[in-house]
Amino acid sequence: MFPSRIWRESKHRYRLEAGKCTKCGKVVFPYRLICPVCGHREFEKVILPETGKLLTYSIIRVAPSQFTDQAPYAIGIAELENGVRLLAQVADCEVDDIKVGMDVRIEFRRVQTDSHHGVLSYGYKFVPKWY
Amino acid sequence: MRDVAVVGVGMTKFGEVWEKSLRDLFVEAALAAIDDAGVDHVDYMTVGCMTSGLFVGQEHLASLMADYLGQKHLGACRVESACASGGLAFRTAFTEIASGMSDIVLAGGVEKMTDISGDGATYALAAAADQEYEVFHGATFPGLYALMAVAHMEKYGTTREMLSAVSVKNHNNGSMNPYAQYPFKVTREQVESSVMVASPLRILDCSPITDGGAAVILTTVDIAKKLGKPFIRVIGSGVATDAIALHSRDDLTTLKATKVAAEKAFKMAGKTIKDVDFAEVHDCFTIAEIVVSESLGLFEPGKAGEAVLKGETGLDGSFPINTSGGLKSKGHPVGATGVAQIIELVKQLRGEAENGRQLKTDPRIGMTQNMGGSGGSTLVHILEVG
Ligand SMILES: [Zn+2]
Repeated sequence: MFPSRIWRESKHRYRLEAGKCTKCGKVVFPYRLICPVCGHREFEKVILPETGKLLTYSIIRVAPSQFTDQAPYAIGIAELENGVRLLAQVADCEVDDIKVGMDVRIEFRRVQTDSHHGVLSYGYKFVPKWY
Repeated sequence: MRDVAVVGVGMTKFGEVWEKSLRDLFVEAALAAIDDAGVDHVDYMTVGCMTSGLFVGQEHLASLMADYLGQKHLGACRVESACASGGLAFRTAFTEIASGMSDIVLAGGVEKMTDISGDGATYALAAAADQEYEVFHGATFPGLYALMAVAHMEKYGTTREMLSAVSVKNHNNGSMNPYAQYPFKVTREQVESSVMVASPLRILDCSPITDGGAAVILTTVDIAKKLGKPFIRVIGSGVATDAIALHSRDDLTTLKATKVAAEKAFKMAGKTIKDVDFAEVHDCFTIAEIVVSESLGLFEPGKAGEAVLKGETGLDGSFPINTSGGLKSKGHPVGATGVAQIIELVKQLRGEAENGRQLKTDPRIGMTQNMGGSGGSTLVHILEVG
């Protein structure tokens, strides 16, 4: 994976920066140039809340090569407290303990290892809130 | 707009076809369609293909396919909308004729998926999802549809048995299709003991990796009448998009692009779902057929799984779905799939479906639903006996 591609996303992945529409209040993650709700083009920078609820999940058994060292692993979609939805891995628990509706928190982790170049990529994962 | 008809169809046998290249697959299907239509030339060609660049390193398909089809200087374009590329190729051909730009158009689709490792194919297909916000995190296509499945099960009580029933039904239909990649029946037990890919989806919930080509000839209804063969009218065409990332959509248990594309197609046709006799839908995974048939308005939300269990969508049911075997049994060469769906409609409407899978109800109107990625784009077409 090319370094510029990772660098370009760093404000989202490392700092959880999102945009809040200054007209209708819609929070978009990642940044967009135009609000998908009202068409307004100005946003203020906000930081995503770090807690939310898991809406759905799946345990990936057949994994792409960048993730084979982690398989089986879970991915899920969570809705954060401000209504923003994200997809990420669900880590730090037995995959069998994952339930729809469980409280999760966002933590910074190694996400994948590019098998061709060995580049480590970091970003956010969900972990159970009790952890 | 001019009235448009399908006058010829042709496809290759779907499967893992080592002896045939990308161009072989396309040209074989195209020649079969041209022969079936009995036309002596075409004015334009559309080529649906998702990602020949990632699968075999070949782009510029308009030129390559026109050349190998022996059509010097033919006007042609390649269109892409992930797994809906074939449906988009059909729609592009439809608008080309309806608008008066061309009289006879070949709409083809192709994908050569087995010249690459399994991991390479996973990578190529994942390009239809959001690279930075889905694929980066380890989401795979089975994984994304599994997220829909779990949400659907949670909200409506959809069961493992209902998912299995989709696979069993489609394999039963596909066992009668000589063009199918996997023309054999499977049992519920086989589905439920097959290898887990992304829970709750097992390998027998998933459509396969496939090589294949499919093509149809479209023309005006006036020209079709002069050709003197039975023709099938294209009475509705709808296309819609949705957020590419599944998590960016409001409802994980509905496919909104499918709903909107169907509304557009029904409006054009002046029909409702009640007027339609059968459908070919995009069952890339078993859960997809359930969610799609609800999004089309065929069943109330949460009711499709039960309908499949009761046999309502089987060959003898009140609304047969995927008489061809669907993507599950027939195979899913992604760029060809949308065109192959049209071919099954034409065969059923002509009364020519092979090996006993012909509907006995004398169907008059059929529809297709072909979608890209996890539902980020969808084509719906409605065809009627001429
Ligand atoms: Zn706004």
